[in-house]
Amino acid sequence: MTETSTQIDPDTTAPGGATPPAYPMARDARCPFDPPPELRRLRDRQEPPTRVRLWDGSTPWLITGYDDQRALLVDPRVSADTGLAAYPHPTEATRARREQARTFISMDDPEHARLRRMVTGPFAIKRVEAMRPAIQRIVDDLVDAMLAGPRPVDLVQAFALPVPSMVICELLGVPYEDHAFFQRHSSVLVNRDQSPEASVQAQLALADYLDELIARKLAEPADDLLSRLALEQVATGALTRHDLAVTSVLLLIAGHETTANMIALGTAALLQHPEQLAELRTTDDPRLVAGAVEELLRYLTITHSGRRRVAAEDILVGGRTIRAGEGIILANDVGNRDGEAFPDPDRLDITREARHHVAFGFGPHQCLGQPLARVELQVVLSTLYRRIPGLRLATDLDQVRFKHDGLVYGVYELPVTW
Amino acid sequence: MRVTIDQDKCVGSGQCVLAAPDVFDQRDEDGIVVLLDPEPPRDLDQDVRRSAMVCPALAIQLTD
Repeated sequence: MTETSTQIDPDTTAPGGATPPAYPMARDARCPFDPPPELRRLRDRQEPPTRVRLWDGSTPWLITGYDDQRALLVDPRVSADTGLAAYPHPTEATRARREQARTFISMDDPEHARLRRMVTGPFAIKRVEAMRPAIQRIVDDLVDAMLAGPRPVDLVQAFALPVPSMVICELLGVPYEDHAFFQRHSSVLVNRDQSPEASVQAQLALADYLDELIARKLAEPADDLLSRLALEQVATGALTRHDLAVTSVLLLIAGHETTANMIALGTAALLQHPEQLAELRTTDDPRLVAGAVEELLRYLTITHSGRRRVAAEDILVGGRTIRAGEGIILANDVGNRDGEAFPDPDRLDITREARHHVAFGFGPHQCLGQPLARVELQVVLSTLYRRIPGLRLATDLDQVRFKHDGLVYGVYELPVTW
Repeated sequence: MRVTIDQDKCVGSGQCVLAAPDVFDQRDEDGIVVLLDPEPPRDLDQDVRRSAMVCPALAIQLTD
């Protein structure tokens, strides 16, 4: 994060001739639930897009306003193609991994739509709602185990990780007994500080694992998503087994790392707002619970590495022209703290209308698994605090290790007792 | 209010179904939007406007 002054192209300097600030920026350790102060200042100034400097010295544009972010994320002149030279990769490791394995999240339409639509069916609202009783059982069983076990306990390992892992395993048809294996590898993939080699190795290990599993599903199909995709797409030649394996890695990782972080970080945040936690504990109104999920998604925006794109044509944003071939970072964490879209944006308020947040992104790449994430989080919020009413941190908040180095934000551990 | 949808743009996020389940549904095979009621009753106006606003693909058009 040090400032350097080596050969800055005049066009890449910020107004006033200063070197563009490094991105990502550091959070204030005293405000672990808020975006970095420097990023919030950029948002508050509401200036035209400014450049930031990444790990590789590149200087993409940073977009901080909610309206600009939505407009760009849905603009067909904006590309998500990670193969483009100016694509602002979050780390060297993510660049290496995208070169090694591309999925639809790294493609533009129509190819993106063709591949994405192969896996959207199971995430339709009704299909996910049908999973609610199974998700409730998983959550209840895990709470039973916590109540029967020792105190204090790490909420991440005992609850936050197993909930989404078990759910996505059930949906995909991945044996949960293998969770230690895939959790170990996915934790590598979501860390900002991993080497490209370790990251590619983890990606390959997961793809090999799923490739083998898909082969088994082809031989002996079961009632799960991997079997269905294997029969519908691989057996018919629409996708190779390897392509399906790579897509399945994405579903498996996206399906548990993010939700796990929301559960643990959300609990940490709610414990700082006991009056709102008390409302959740006592309510019988599913709309309050659903609204609380949206507000926590907005307020915490764990996808704190921003949405990343490249301008495919010249685009005018806030009076400034982003040239074709330049990188763009849409900082949805501060977009979700934009006072124009969310009055009093830095306040957590589970009763506010927050459904229009951009925590899942926006545009054609908006999160595929969001209906599943919503139901999982709704079940958690309506169950965990009600069944363990005395739940509290077993340590001081400033002792909790936050994932400042994560591609996705969260906590590494959350010691709790009751 | 009159509602039109664009199934080619739709990305199957399901946000419209959550906001206005009497007006929008999804195809079984790929979650793409299905319009149940192109002229929904007035009391659903707010829900339908919200659907259009949260649709990540801007696939819902409203005309008064």
